[in-house]
Amino acid sequence: MDNALALLERHGSESRIIAGGHSLLPMMKLRLARPEVLIDINDLGDLSYVRRDGDELCLGAMARHRDLLNSHEAGTLFPILHDAERVIADPIVRNRGTVGGSICQADPSEDLSAVFAALRATAVIGSSKGTRKVAMDDFHIGPYSTAVGPAEMLLEVRIPVQHGSGSAYEKVERRAGDWAIAAAGAALRVEGGSVSYAGIGLAAVGAEHFRCARAEASLLGQRASEESFSEAARLVSESVNPVADQRGPEDYKRHLAGELTLRALRRAAARAEGQGG
Amino acid sequence: MTSTIEAPEANPIGFGRMKRKEDPRFVRGQGNYVDDLQLPGMLYGAVLRSTLPHARIVSIDTSAAEAHPKVKAVITGKTLETLNLAWIPSLSHDVLAVLATDKVRFQGQEVAFVVAEDRYSARDALELIEVEYEPLDPVIDAKQAILPGATVIRDDIAGKTDNHIFDWEAGDKAATDAVFAAAEVVVTQDMLYPRVHPAPMETCGAVADMNKVTGKLTIWCTTQAPHAHRTLYALVAGLPEHQIRVVSPDIGGGFGNKVGIYPGYVCSVVGSILTGKPVKWMEDRSENLMSTSFARDYHMHGEIAATREGKITGLRVRVLADHGAFNNTAQPTKFPAGFFHIFTGSYDLQAAHCAVTGVYTNKAPGGVAYACSFRVTEAVYLVERMVDCLAGELGMDPAELRMKNLLRKEQFPYTCKTGWVYDSGDYPRALELAMEIAGYDELRREQAEKRKRGELMGIGISFFTETVGAGPKKHMDILGLGMADGAEVRVHPTGKAVVRLSVQTQGQGHETTFAQIVAEQLGIPPLDIDVVHGDTDNTPFGLGTYGSRSTPVSGAAVAVAAQRVRDKARIVASAMLEVSPDDLEWEKGRFFVKGDPSASKTIQEIALGAHGTVELPEGVEGHLDADCVYDPPNLTFPFGAYICVVDVDRGTGVVKVRRFIAVDDCGPRINPMIVDGQIHGGLADGVGMALMEVIAFDKEGNCLGGSFMDYLLPTSLECPSWELGMTVTPSPHHPIGVKGIGESATVGSPPAVVNAVLDAIGVRHADMPLTPAQVWRAMQGTPLRTDLAIE
Repeated sequence: MDNALALLERHGSESRIIAGGHSLLPMMKLRLARPEVLIDINDLGDLSYVRRDGDELCLGAMARHRDLLNSHEAGTLFPILHDAERVIADPIVRNRGTVGGSICQADPSEDLSAVFAALRATAVIGSSKGTRKVAMDDFHIGPYSTAVGPAEMLLEVRIPVQHGSGSAYEKVERRAGDWAIAAAGAALRVEGGSVSYAGIGLAAVGAEHFRCARAEASLLGQRASEESFSEAARLVSESVNPVADQRGPEDYKRHLAGELTLRALRRAAARAEGQGG
Repeated sequence: MTSTIEAPEANPIGFGRMKRKEDPRFVRGQGNYVDDLQLPGMLYGAVLRSTLPHARIVSIDTSAAEAHPKVKAVITGKTLETLNLAWIPSLSHDVLAVLATDKVRFQGQEVAFVVAEDRYSARDALELIEVEYEPLDPVIDAKQAILPGATVIRDDIAGKTDNHIFDWEAGDKAATDAVFAAAEVVVTQDMLYPRVHPAPMETCGAVADMNKVTGKLTIWCTTQAPHAHRTLYALVAGLPEHQIRVVSPDIGGGFGNKVGIYPGYVCSVVGSILTGKPVKWMEDRSENLMSTSFARDYHMHGEIAATREGKITGLRVRVLADHGAFNNTAQPTKFPAGFFHIFTGSYDLQAAHCAVTGVYTNKAPGGVAYACSFRVTEAVYLVERMVDCLAGELGMDPAELRMKNLLRKEQFPYTCKTGWVYDSGDYPRALELAMEIAGYDELRREQAEKRKRGELMGIGISFFTETVGAGPKKHMDILGLGMADGAEVRVHPTGKAVVRLSVQTQGQGHETTFAQIVAEQLGIPPLDIDVVHGDTDNTPFGLGTYGSRSTPVSGAAVAVAAQRVRDKARIVASAMLEVSPDDLEWEKGRFFVKGDPSASKTIQEIALGAHGTVELPEGVEGHLDADCVYDPPNLTFPFGAYICVVDVDRGTGVVKVRRFIAVDDCGPRINPMIVDGQIHGGLADGVGMALMEVIAFDKEGNCLGGSFMDYLLPTSLECPSWELGMTVTPSPHHPIGVKGIGESATVGSPPAVVNAVLDAIGVRHADMPLTPAQVWRAMQGTPLRTDLAIE
């Protein structure tokens, strides 16, 4: 790890970290990315964990999608993680692609970015000078752009565990393995019949910080009901900024963002209830 | 759910299920494809492609590329002009730019070719070539391209003032107009069969090796038609044909994509001539999708006439056919719209007429027989959509409407209103069988219940008739080459055999199927029969594999050659048994004396005798071989009834194909397992075209389907477990009755899927692909135009 950070320090923006390589290598083949130096961190086995640390679930940056999908603890604490992982690419990519690589690529359609936004995760970023913590809202600073500096590296993602919460992820794609046309994740905590925590993560629809703060706020203190969920879904449809492309026109994506939010909220609420929340 | 995977018979001597002979090398990764070939001193080529769809070339500066230390040659249109090779004849009596000289006419068009010591250097050097373009208006929308005043794409053609290519019609216009004038019900519908791509797993490529000492040119190439390619190289480049050898090694899928001659092949040859070294060129995935032969791109206007009781009386169709920048569609000469005039489908009509207009656009050229038997796919889609539109208008069940209009068994051979003579069929039985397997009435009941609950379930039917196995020489040729194919069968002294074919497999299982055809005729086990194909030095002439023609044409040639071998074996056996040939009776594998079955000679004994010292009758030569050139008397007409069941998510527009029932009739099945495989592949293909495949273009002329992230092929997750059924109606004019199966499912399945989805959402029409966005938009009454960028 120290070696990797030292190499980063030395080569800076000339270099790129290669983890699973499922985004970087295709970009290099297309000559869209032309790094002079590749720093291969695949041997950093001590970054491939999925484990609970107190009130947080910690995902090492080198945890493969497969590791996350295979973690019973992760799936039990946050069903949204397994919902999303099941529809990320295909098994071949999931065997190789990493959690860290996915969110550092910062593709606007990245499912895990939406999931971590809904869960208010924190990124731990390291450099030869030490580590710093960055909230997900501050992690993504634009499409394909993150808070990770040229001499820094993402080390882990920490997700706060909330008792009595439920979560779910809904995605529509043109074909299995395609990027989302739109996707929505929801995390809810219900206490005494009313919503005490709401996270709504959105991918591929131009949501700021992969979230919809208006819709989240609308749910707080409300009963977890079809009415409050529909209102949140409506706010999502209204707030997002999807761009038309071959996956669909703007009006459809806007509709879909709301529809999937509604479905995710329903499932998250049912799961929260199952947790006795 | 029924599954059609049955254990293969061990090794049938003749027809029957058996594992494919070619599979051991493929499953072990021991196939030998063009890109596997390594020759001493071999150089590598790369193509510089146009980034613009339409632009005049002001200048090309290759000096920096030529200065690259590993570059051996840089070829431009100017280089080719000196060899008279800058333009070559297309497959449809047009010309095709090899490397652009005056203008570029589609994004991805070939502009220059670099030959270097390795693949990376060749690619690096492409970036050193500077091309100055003067951009011109891109002409992308076929409907705009045909209008007066549209920017002229083909100003290389003297006097050309528009983008019109051809007008072609079939059927009786006056009679059709009369039928429509008198019709009780007329339904009209516009529909687009969008541009799709064959997308074979192996992209196109070649290794060209000009031997300067012998003067012999060898081209290992991804071609479905090695003989036709050789003759064209001879005619176009002026090379002597006996000094050209075209080898088509293992081919990783063709689907029509590998019928034509691509600029990269020609440049490889020129590169080898210039450098004196073998030159390999292999395109990448984006090059394949953006520049090589597409399929379809038919804008169709259909009209169907009927009585109120649902008797269809007439069909009238106008088509605007987008052929891209050059008319390079692979069709028999007399048929610029291919066999589109099979659009009367499987129904008994009073009159029909179609008029097709071809148009140039700034898109890649092609329009191949992509698993479509020369535009049969478009024709079947048209008629099967129109029938469903009519059913909706009449309030009739689409199965009932079809049953009412299908041709009856006793009407065959049937001459349809556009002139095809359908060979044989029992259509109602095939539809009944499909409905029985599907449990049609039960499905309709389930659908009605679901509708009450607001759930969307759809049932779609298509009934198709293909016309394949082109074709009779008197009607059909490609660039003057008649569509007959040769075959040679030779039995070795020990009773093993070799069969040499003019057609080349791209995955269809020829090495097994053709051995089984010989086995059926001679009683020699298929494993004892070597199938030689794909090498012009070692095989008889023929036009190749496409349009489902291998089994109908070459299969007939092989069967007849094998029958001729058997006739000769009878004479040899009669000499060996000292009886008259007429006193011998054949049972598979041996001749025996009538009335004395113990007096017999096996085919193996006869083979040895034929090569030995047996005294043969006067005028009978020794050895045991024969050949045949088969000129089909007519095409063959496979047919089938397909039923698709889908569930549609009302909130998202997502379509789930729940079931797919396919009843096919391709005549007798040589290897039922291979036939099933062909159907499975075609059905997946059809699901892909119906739900996700399309190459669209934006206003600037950018290709929006240039990678597998953009051009989606279906996976197993989009495909249900196929439910297959069959009927067997032999073709009466074919030596073994077979009709061909390679394209049936691709032709027949898209309308079944589309009909099912539209049935589910209660919308009369929306164009393919029925992506979630398109389905949702169709439900809103604002379906998308799928050939253009979504805005």
